[in-house]
Amino acid sequence: MNRSMIDLWVGVFVAMGLIALLFLSLKVGNLASFSTAESYQIQANFANIGGLKVRAPIKSAGVVVGRVTDVRFDNESFEAVVTLNIDSRFQFPKDTAAKILTSGLLGEQYIGLEAGGDPTMIKNGDRLKLTQSAVVLENLISQFMFNKAQEGKDSK
Amino acid sequence: MNAIRHTLTQLGNAVTRRLTRLGVASRFFIYLLWHSGTAFQRFRLTIREVYFAGVLSLIIILVSGLFVGMVLGLQGYDTLQRYGSSEALGVLVALSLVRELGPVVAGLLFASRAGSAITAEIGLMKATEQISAMEMMAVDPIARVVAPRFWAGVISMPLLAALFSAMGIFGGYLVGVQLIGVDPGAFWSQMQAAVDIRQDVMNGVIKSVVFGIAVTWIAVFEGYDAPPTAEGVSGATTRTVVTGSLAILALDFMLTALMFTGGNAK
Repeated sequence: MNRSMIDLWVGVFVAMGLIALLFLSLKVGNLASFSTAESYQIQANFANIGGLKVRAPIKSAGVVVGRVTDVRFDNESFEAVVTLNIDSRFQFPKDTAAKILTSGLLGEQYIGLEAGGDPTMIKNGDRLKLTQSAVVLENLISQFMFNKAQEGKDSK
Repeated sequence: MNAIRHTLTQLGNAVTRRLTRLGVASRFFIYLLWHSGTAFQRFRLTIREVYFAGVLSLIIILVSGLFVGMVLGLQGYDTLQRYGSSEALGVLVALSLVRELGPVVAGLLFASRAGSAITAEIGLMKATEQISAMEMMAVDPIARVVAPRFWAGVISMPLLAALFSAMGIFGGYLVGVQLIGVDPGAFWSQMQAAVDIRQDVMNGVIKSVVFGIAVTWIAVFEGYDAPPTAEGVSGATTRTVVTGSLAILALDFMLTALMFTGGNAK
């Protein structure tokens, strides 16, 4: 095996490896959506976030517009403070409502944004006022049981 | 009483011997890093070794990657379709390959294909006194022989792991989409939504670099440390494969624990 053949093969090998890495980052992982592009952060308080995790998607009308970057507990209001990182291409009115929703019956939880009608747009660092907590199954069941019991009492 | 004393002495002896060996290996590693200038100044030496460690491992890596991906596609589909979520096949195949199987299986194959060859070569050079001859000519054998092989391994390993993962995903695509008929749009889009560049792809690359360093270090050390006999070289080659594979598995567990629990533990 002479020198130039070795060089050729090593060149082919390194090129293939780099193409594989490129394939992994572009086609498998979505480099396009991993934009270091402009984004702004807003916060929202929730009474209960259920199973919401950091890096959960934020969707509006079903389209992913950002990601949850931080979840922490506020020890003064006893509420969860969720930081939302939203792509700057998407602007929302000030009275936008944030809900914690579940994709599918048992799927992961995400934040759904519903745009309001306010003419002023939300800015970096603002706080969403209208929020709706995650649905906790136990609460739902106990509510249902309580209502049933009430009905039974009324009909007597 | 004597028997206990004997056992304890043996235990102590075994521990000290292992520790000494680890110490020698660490000093060897530092010396190697310190004297790897030649490997980069005369880069042709390293390129030659990349050919032997990387290019000649291509076939086994590509074929194993393809088949691992195809098996993942079949098995994953079988399980996922019970829950009616066969579209998540792409996610399953891509995540398991990029995070774990790619670096680990490529590392194990690399240890047995290239690591053993490196050990045998260096060991045989030592047995035939080529290493001593170099020392006589005032050529540092570590700079001339060991460092190029080490760096070639460190360069080849991440590329091989990436090729393994890419080939595996292609295999999963072949079986899942072409053979079984999962929707190709869902296959790729769910995969892209779930695989994160930094969290998954980058961590996989970091893992493969760490495995490359560990395996080649073990290989060159075992070769350089081998008793200069036929038996010694064969023993060293076996030890390279066994220790290298165990090191990969142990390191993989530690790296996974570091990389993938931080986000969820929050």
